[in-house]
Amino acid sequence: MTKYIGRRLLSLIPILIGITFLTFLLMYIAPGDAAQKKLTAQGVAVTQEQIEHTREEMGLNDPFLVQYGKWFGNVLTGDLGTSYKDNMSVSSKLGPAFQRTLILACSSLVLALLVSIPTGIFSAVYQGGFWDHFFRLLSFIGNSLPNFLISILLMYFLCIKLHMFPVIATGSVQGLFLPTLALGIPLASRFVRQIRAEVLEEIGKDYVTGLSARGVRSSWILFRNVLRNAMSAILTIIGLSIGGLMGGSVVVETIFSWPGVGKLAMDSITARDYPVIQGFVLIMALVYVLINLLTDLCHHWLDPRVELE
Amino acid sequence: MNPFRKKTKQLTREQLRRRMLILLGLAGILCVFALVAPYLTPNDPNLPNAAYMNAAPCKEFPLGADRYGRCVLSRVMIGARTSIFSAVALVFLTFVAGSLLGMLSGWYGGVLDAVIMRVADIFLAFPQMVLAIAVAGVLGGSLLNAMIALGIAGWTIYARLARVHTMALKNEPFILAARMNGSSGLSILLRHILPNMIGPLLVNAVTQIGTTMIGIAGLSFLGLGVVPPNAEWGSMINEARAYVQLAPWSVFVPAVAVIITVMVFNYLGDAVRDYSDVSEAK
Repeated sequence: MTKYIGRRLLSLIPILIGITFLTFLLMYIAPGDAAQKKLTAQGVAVTQEQIEHTREEMGLNDPFLVQYGKWFGNVLTGDLGTSYKDNMSVSSKLGPAFQRTLILACSSLVLALLVSIPTGIFSAVYQGGFWDHFFRLLSFIGNSLPNFLISILLMYFLCIKLHMFPVIATGSVQGLFLPTLALGIPLASRFVRQIRAEVLEEIGKDYVTGLSARGVRSSWILFRNVLRNAMSAILTIIGLSIGGLMGGSVVVETIFSWPGVGKLAMDSITARDYPVIQGFVLIMALVYVLINLLTDLCHHWLDPRVELE
Repeated sequence: MNPFRKKTKQLTREQLRRRMLILLGLAGILCVFALVAPYLTPNDPNLPNAAYMNAAPCKEFPLGADRYGRCVLSRVMIGARTSIFSAVALVFLTFVAGSLLGMLSGWYGGVLDAVIMRVADIFLAFPQMVLAIAVAGVLGGSLLNAMIALGIAGWTIYARLARVHTMALKNEPFILAARMNGSSGLSILLRHILPNMIGPLLVNAVTQIGTTMIGIAGLSFLGLGVVPPNAEWGSMINEARAYVQLAPWSVFVPAVAVIITVMVFNYLGDAVRDYSDVSEAK
């Protein structure tokens, strides 16, 4: 196991270098001159001299790889640069926002699991019945609804028609509810389908027949054996959903004004504040890679038969 | 006896085939509709009319008007072309590029393989939508930029699949025979390997159409894809959402269009996959 973790961590190094390289490239594909963009973002009327000066200051006259090297060195020490807009450090902007996104992501994940695990199991056990068809239909619809549509539908019906919630979330506990629903519903829909398929496969196995023949109660089989065996698959399902959750949070946070990294990223895009966008992409990719690693490790820990690759 | 195993009706291969064909037909109808819709619009989709700002559905505007007094129905109709064809085109392009790269990677191996696969790994290390939002955000809003943003990571799935299939087929006797006949690598790839793996690759491509549609609509909704005044469902919803109280139709009509279209293509993806699973098992 330790050897496996070590190998996995080693194989992450080229990926991490690739991630930083691509993130750095983002700045390069942006149309226009970076120094000019920085000055414009601050609302300064620019002269050619100022641009030259800022170029020198930002190291834009260095060769590409030197610039990347410097930036990479800074990233390693946790310095993600400074915002064009207000000269605040990018990490100090991302930090608190990241916490709020984490809260939102966790609450929607918990909601999705609370709904989908019982529903998925129920659907699998009573497969072919009315409720199975009903839940499958619901999850199919939920799966086809983009996050932005769900957000707007929720906003229209719950805030505007029923006045149940404030329209703008601004980080309060009450404001957490709607963004959680907006992210949680499509997530739950996907989970229900996957958990149903997983449980269905597991309860069709021979050991279930065997246990039943020996007189073990079916509820006991279901909760003691089947679920435990399906657990590692459910874990993988969660791991795989994180990427979509991150993308969805940008949309949902923007709509509900939840002050997380997604909203910060969209605001930075509007303001052409490239260092913040870079920091956002970098953080998201790092978290994503880390979660994938953790999922693999948990998978192995729960089910040691899984071949380590 | 297994207490959970129920005698449920399994769809036969023939039924699955019929379901797939029906959905293909539906998707085809949507595509044809998107093609001809611009000629059938009841009003000029881009013509503002101050007298009908936020007008409710009426004789002139069957599904109401938006805040500029433009016909919602007409705009949804011409938006169909952008929304459907950009998704289909993007899936097709990433499918072709990815399969080609994957085939080359699997066939030639060595350095080429290592480079292509490492690059794919790096793109896969980003959450796709996050990367797309950042790239489209940096490039600036336009349909082409949104497609680039979604496409730069989209090819990787096909590349990985094509590579695995190519490596599996590479040492089959019929490929060795073609090699001994003196066929060049490229001609073997295109004439013998491609036809033998196109099935699973195509199935994968079809399942991606719905997701891609959601992606493009999502980017447009964020203002990073199709920009107003061009009509696209995602950007229409974004434009109208501030006025949802006054003119709910200008949000709900494009919303229903998105939902129906995505559902048809998602269901088509499921049907094609189910059918191919059964066909392969046979």
